Amino acid sequence: MSRQPYRITAGGLVDRERPLRFTFDGRKFTGLAGDTLASALLANGVRLVGRSFKYHRRRGIFSDGVEEPNALVRLRRGERAEPNLRATSVELFEGLEARSQNHWPSLEFDLGAINNLASRFMPTGFYYKTFTWPAGAWMFYERFIRKTTGLGRAAEHHDPDRYEKRYAHCEVLVVGAGPAGLAAALAAVRSGARVILVESDFRLGGSLLRDPRPIDDEFAPEWVSGVEAELKSAPNTRILKRATAFGYYDANLVAVAQRITDHEGKSERFLSRQRIWWVRARQVVLATGAIERPLVFAENDLPGVMLASAVRSYAVRYGVRCGKRAVVFANNDDAYATVAAVLEAGGSVEAVVDPRAGGPGDSVRRQINALGVRMLEGYAVVRAEGGDSIRSATVMRFTREGSILTGEPERIDCDLLCVSGGFNPTVHLFSQSQGKLRFDQVSACFVPDVSRQAERSAGAARGCFGLQEVLSDGVEAGRAAAEDCGLTRARFRVPEGTEEFTQTAAMLPLWAVPLPQGQRGKRFVDLQNDVTADDIALAVREGYRSVEHLKRYTTLGMGTDQGRTSNVNGLAILASIVGSEIPAVGTTTFRPPFTPVTLGALGGREVGQEFAPVRRTPMHAWHERAGARFVTAGLWLRPQYYAHSGESMMDAVYREARAVRRGVGIVDVSTLGKIEIQGRDAAEFLERVYINRWKNLKVGRCRYGIMLREDGFILDDGTTTRVAENTFYMTTTTTNAGPVMAHLEYYAQTIWPQLHVHLTSVSDQWAGAAVAGPKSRDLLALACDGADLRNESLPFMGYLETTVADAPVRIFRMTFSGELAYEVHTPSNFALHVWKRLLDAGREFEVTPYGTEAMSILRIEKGHVVAAELDGRTVPSDFGFDALQRKEGDFIGRRSLERPGLKKSARRGFVGLVSEDGRHIPRGAQLVWNPNADRPLHTLGHVTSTCYSPNLEKEIALALLEDPEGHGDELLYASSPLTNEHVPVKVTHPVFIDPQGKLPRG
Amino acid sequence: MLLIECPYCGARAQIEFTYGGDATLSRPGDLSAVETKEWLDFVYLRENPRGPHIEWWHHSAGCRRWFKVRRDTLSHEISATGTPDSNLGSGSV
Repeated sequence: MSRQPYRITAGGLVDRERPLRFTFDGRKFTGLAGDTLASALLANGVRLVGRSFKYHRRRGIFSDGVEEPNALVRLRRGERAEPNLRATSVELFEGLEARSQNHWPSLEFDLGAINNLASRFMPTGFYYKTFTWPAGAWMFYERFIRKTTGLGRAAEHHDPDRYEKRYAHCEVLVVGAGPAGLAAALAAVRSGARVILVESDFRLGGSLLRDPRPIDDEFAPEWVSGVEAELKSAPNTRILKRATAFGYYDANLVAVAQRITDHEGKSERFLSRQRIWWVRARQVVLATGAIERPLVFAENDLPGVMLASAVRSYAVRYGVRCGKRAVVFANNDDAYATVAAVLEAGGSVEAVVDPRAGGPGDSVRRQINALGVRMLEGYAVVRAEGGDSIRSATVMRFTREGSILTGEPERIDCDLLCVSGGFNPTVHLFSQSQGKLRFDQVSACFVPDVSRQAERSAGAARGCFGLQEVLSDGVEAGRAAAEDCGLTRARFRVPEGTEEFTQTAAMLPLWAVPLPQGQRGKRFVDLQNDVTADDIALAVREGYRSVEHLKRYTTLGMGTDQGRTSNVNGLAILASIVGSEIPAVGTTTFRPPFTPVTLGALGGREVGQEFAPVRRTPMHAWHERAGARFVTAGLWLRPQYYAHSGESMMDAVYREARAVRRGVGIVDVSTLGKIEIQGRDAAEFLERVYINRWKNLKVGRCRYGIMLREDGFILDDGTTTRVAENTFYMTTTTTNAGPVMAHLEYYAQTIWPQLHVHLTSVSDQWAGAAVAGPKSRDLLALACDGADLRNESLPFMGYLETTVADAPVRIFRMTFSGELAYEVHTPSNFALHVWKRLLDAGREFEVTPYGTEAMSILRIEKGHVVAAELDGRTVPSDFGFDALQRKEGDFIGRRSLERPGLKKSARRGFVGLVSEDGRHIPRGAQLVWNPNADRPLHTLGHVTSTCYSPNLEKEIALALLEDPEGHGDELLYASSPLTNEHVPVKVTHPVFIDPQGKLPRG
Repeated sequence: MLLIECPYCGARAQIEFTYGGDATLSRPGDLSAVETKEWLDFVYLRENPRGPHIEWWHHSAGCRRWFKVRRDTLSHEISATGTPDSNLGSGSV
């Protein structure tokens, strides 16, 4: 073991046989297994660990847990670098690399510290006040200010690690494995409950790790091990270590972030780095403990000023002395335990400074006297002195009434100042659960009062502080939780805990020690955000009297620690300034997460390609082999085009589009939504959900339908076929399949439940191919096993059931391209087989597989509408679909079509456009008379779809235009100011090819 | 995340469901008789109550049934769920 000057030679829960090497700011150190980064740094005598946020003051390790405001580090490097981790929560591992933050050029010499010298000129709200002048200049200043602000720096590369999530259910969830949590878990398990116990530390025990007082005559860590063993062996019980419950949501859902490989120092290929547990619990026991409060006095942020409980924890748990000569400054008896811990660790205690005139309880006094430590009762530390570390503390006589300092100041040399202002129960999760807090006057802290969910707090989390009281409270909470789950309370003797002190005195609330007369100094309330007591006073003078306003104006309680050590002090100071009571001032809202959670963990496995499922058609592998380039349509991957060697994308697309009009093409249409509608009222139902007539549709015929929303706008279009008297087969657009299904179910189940109709989504069960082009019938005749495809037998919009190479198919004679065309649907399992057979049959006609690009060109040439036209703002008459509309009776949206604004005369109509000069008509362009006229221009319409037509050899587009019939030969401009394109166009009929519709009927 | 009692499947997590809006509206049956204002109110106007609200939910990742939920918009408490024909009260108080 290399030299660790502040490591005590024996004791503690660290493994002295397992030294671990690590670096901090590039310097090499050695710690021990069982250390945190903070304890290892302290063991090596590293006191300066960071610079503060605003003034760049020197800061040291302040606490030993999640409340740490100062010791934020950037861990690891490169793509795995993670900023703002609390050194007090980072478990040490071999090879750990950490860097301090918030300084330039170095931690020891930081130019930003000039802010400290200039701090008189940087009051609260400095930025708000200074950089708002002249008006609008903020945008200029901001660029420079941003560079100097912010906490830490995130990795700039893709996170290479894996994360996962897991759902879990239990009867009793216990959060926190200190004495209360362990007792609660024990009671719940013994009552037969299914229990999950969550602990953010890597070791169970909580406060017992720093105060290992005997329980049932056992050394506390041994008692903890015994409980852990019993819980582990119990059925249906799970212990999660390194797991922080960070969010308490509706219906007892608790989110837990668990670190799985972080402490290994390397990522395991088959293990996730972190896991989020979503635990739904019938009952929750919050045994989250309490966090010590600092005391507020001048220069109380110097490295070496630490929480008294943390000093104890470093000495007892980690075998590390935080200093050689300590002063303890505390307003309560608990902190006196630190005296013995410091002495046992080989340090000296120069004095205990207690602002209480009567000092501590009798048994405490006897013990301290026996240790021969000087006690200053009725005194307060008024100032700390030092540079990189504290060198002395100045004390004065203190009278609580009026908060008066008197007498001569005395300077006491020390290198460690242990402070304690009492404890704040960790009520964050309780508050997140919507529970109401109450201010406890005796302990001067907020405690849980009224629960809103199936939850109870136990132990220090609800303001019980004596060990025996905590154990009893935990057992009772565990039993009660089990009982509320319908189980029988386990009967067993409550473990007996030994108290440190038998007679104690009440604590004395002390929120801020006044500055000695005529002296200046910063009395920090919020160490992380550099908010002082004077800042709070200034904010109040400026009118920010509400605690929520105060927070936002001063940043008190913001940042990574969310004011865990500062909030109550801050609002107590606010209360005293405004002359109010603490409960009346109230707290700011507690929100998840309790501690920062890395975004990677929240994303889990749903990142990159796995962000959403990918849907592939049954013919996907064939498309891949045929050189298809794919495009996403919703979750689907569809062939966009099939690239031949040497072809550009557009070459391929135009080749495919020409082939359909000249011979025959085939396209995969499996992605269409398909819904089977059955029942004796199926036709009636269709008449209500579509604008069309359906009752007169003969079996074996298809019809194009338009579906509206209740507000009259088009929801979707598609064809529906009467497969049998009471069975219809509906197709929807690819991306609307889900919404249309839910829409139909809504009407069938809630509005017209009396209709006998049954809806089944069969999108995945049926696949399809469209065969289009003048040779399509010849192709099908070869492919089908002897079906009669003559025009008389299978006319346009006709339907036929037959087989292709023995596979059952449904053939619909319908067209999207405007050519003679058929859709061949088949059960998905046969789809590849049928697809191949169709291609085989098409070989002699040089059948061309085509993708979505060619399909889009073909439909634009034909003037068919898609989502670009049916964009949720169009009604049937815009496209002439009012001709399809049923004349009588109700359908969804019918009544809304009577609104004046939806009448044909009030609306733009559907037209085609042809580019006059051969330039491409820009997408989304607005149609104007003169693009150079004075702004604002009157817009006559807009382009919905545009393409080069390889069959017409023209640039064409579809558009919605005012007075669609009235433009004659007029020249309009398709104007796209964004791309500075202004293309002259002429208005035409929207159907460019075969306007009489003879081809598909031939 | 809410825990929602589907009347057909039992309690399930909210991610299985889709919200469907106010369930106290009734669609006017006879279109020839309905006044324009009444119709437009039905299409566009919704109460935004602070407190109990009767609403439609769709078990979209489950049994695909629409059903009613009485949910407190303030506390998120779900006090009742029922099939479409059930009467869960008037909603807003």
